[in-house]
Amino acid sequence: MQLKIDNMTFSYGEKETIKDISLHVNEGEFVGLIGPNGSGKSTLLKNICRALTPDAGMAVLDGENILSMNHKRLALKIGAVGQENEVPFDFTVEEIVAMGRTPHKKLFEIDNEYDKYMTNHALEHVGMAHMAKRSYRSLSGGEKQRVVIARVIAQESEFLILDEPTNHLDISYQMQVFDFVKRLQITVLSAIHDLNMAALYCDRIYVLKAGKIVLHGTPEEVLTPENILDIYGVHCDTIVHPITGKVSITFLPEGIYAQTKR
Amino acid sequence: MNMKAAKKFFNHKKPGMKGLLLLLIIISIISFILCLGLGSVFVTPENVAKILLSRIPVIGDNISRTWTQVDENIIIGLRLPRVCMGLLVGASLSVIGVTMQALVRNHLADPFILGVSSGATAAATLGMLFGVFSFLGRYSLSISAFIGSAFTIVIVYSLSRVNGRINITYLLLSGVAISMIMDGATRVITLSAPNALGLHNATFWMSGSLAGAKWGYLTLPLVVLLVCMAVLMVNYRGLNLLLLGEESAGTLGINVRRLQKLLVLVASLMSGVTVAVSGTIGFVGLMVPHFTRLLVGGDHRKVLPVSALLGGILVVWVDVAARLLIAPEELPVGILTAIIGGPVFIFLLKQKSR
Repeated sequence: MQLKIDNMTFSYGEKETIKDISLHVNEGEFVGLIGPNGSGKSTLLKNICRALTPDAGMAVLDGENILSMNHKRLALKIGAVGQENEVPFDFTVEEIVAMGRTPHKKLFEIDNEYDKYMTNHALEHVGMAHMAKRSYRSLSGGEKQRVVIARVIAQESEFLILDEPTNHLDISYQMQVFDFVKRLQITVLSAIHDLNMAALYCDRIYVLKAGKIVLHGTPEEVLTPENILDIYGVHCDTIVHPITGKVSITFLPEGIYAQTKR
Repeated sequence: MNMKAAKKFFNHKKPGMKGLLLLLIIISIISFILCLGLGSVFVTPENVAKILLSRIPVIGDNISRTWTQVDENIIIGLRLPRVCMGLLVGASLSVIGVTMQALVRNHLADPFILGVSSGATAAATLGMLFGVFSFLGRYSLSISAFIGSAFTIVIVYSLSRVNGRINITYLLLSGVAISMIMDGATRVITLSAPNALGLHNATFWMSGSLAGAKWGYLTLPLVVLLVCMAVLMVNYRGLNLLLLGEESAGTLGINVRRLQKLLVLVASLMSGVTVAVSGTIGFVGLMVPHFTRLLVGGDHRKVLPVSALLGGILVVWVDVAARLLIAPEELPVGILTAIIGGPVFIFLLKQKSR
């Protein structure tokens, strides 16, 4: 599963929100997308999974043009998890997860044994099998996000798009969500809010600022104090953590930063 | 976990769907026979069943006559079309309610939210009071009401389109705006009405009633209900996914724009036809889907057939109440559903905000 985006541009009305975006995700890679609020991360991801239609540019998945694929075929290839997962109606957890099987089903086909097996398998993967009969609405935010991850697992797509999947979640749930996804060993493109999370899980990182890609590379190359000051306007200190072997970022509040300068 | 374990895991679910459907069908049949007998002239259920059976070739010849000709005329000529109409209208309204609620992702949407009933009322009163549509003959009322609702839905639909897709907020707001305009038009028409009797009839029809049911009125709603129900059942997965939100539905392989257009079309066709034969019977399309969801959960494969049956049963019984409460006069059934439905709606609203 290789995804290649070329010169993608999209605007809401007059103002261009993303401009000339080119990026690629190789088979098996976990690629992060970081950048300040409003930099166009969500817009870019929505254009890739066709919730929005780009004004210009190409998106190719394994040699096939995404933009002309029908919805069902695209859903078999790309699964997506967003930030908002409220469902205003009563469904059980397993019903929500079973919805992930939709692209595999023909017009009149009802759920068969394999669909049920996949639904259950997905729930077990995220440790929610015991909650299968519970009402989805009664779950906590973190549990809901796990169910949605299970849904995308049941979807059996080989490419995953995540749009800040850990927003509003406790640290334990944040780690869980990424660990579940990492364990799937599939190709991932994810917008990530937290830079330390990005450093821990990503193979490569693209940086979006004001709708353009300004930097890309490995976490070590991208997440330097100079770059972070450039992108976010905050001071920080980075080290390679002795246990993880990954970059770890410590942000420096203005007061402390001023002291170190003296 | 292997396949067998997974199978076991999924088998202990809620009481079967088939059992529930069977139960509801039996209740429908019992209600059907009881309601045929009830009214200003009472006919025993036994006689009702016999009258019905006597109409069936072969079996009918073996049934001894234990009823009067008057009873037979009342049952076959007056009440049978009316009760059938009640079942049809109730089922249609509930199914439209389910559809609209999925479309706008809100429990509190009802069949008339897009202004269909206001448009139908304006056109129908114009026809009733000024005979504008009298060239259409016997069915002029139904046809004029349908023209009114179709006209409204086309306007509301075209107002709600933004960049080729339906914007749900625009859809709701233009529904409200067009309703107001149409209600205004209706007031102008009724205020300038030339005769008082016409005014009484128009008001009665507007309030929602099955009193005018005739055999000829049944065909169109039946065909439309069957076709629309089939279309919705085929798309039940899509309806479920719409409840997750447009974007999630899209990433799960649903062509959201096409589905939304289909739903607007189905809902407006059904509500146009239903309003045309029965006027505005409120709250059925709101209450029945809600209670159905309490019974069977959110899955539309279950919600659609169950709500259709429940809706039919409810309307038939409320109609009986409408003709018994102030007999020999009768109330428009829409007034009763409003009086019962209003408090239920408030209850739902309060419960939701908790």
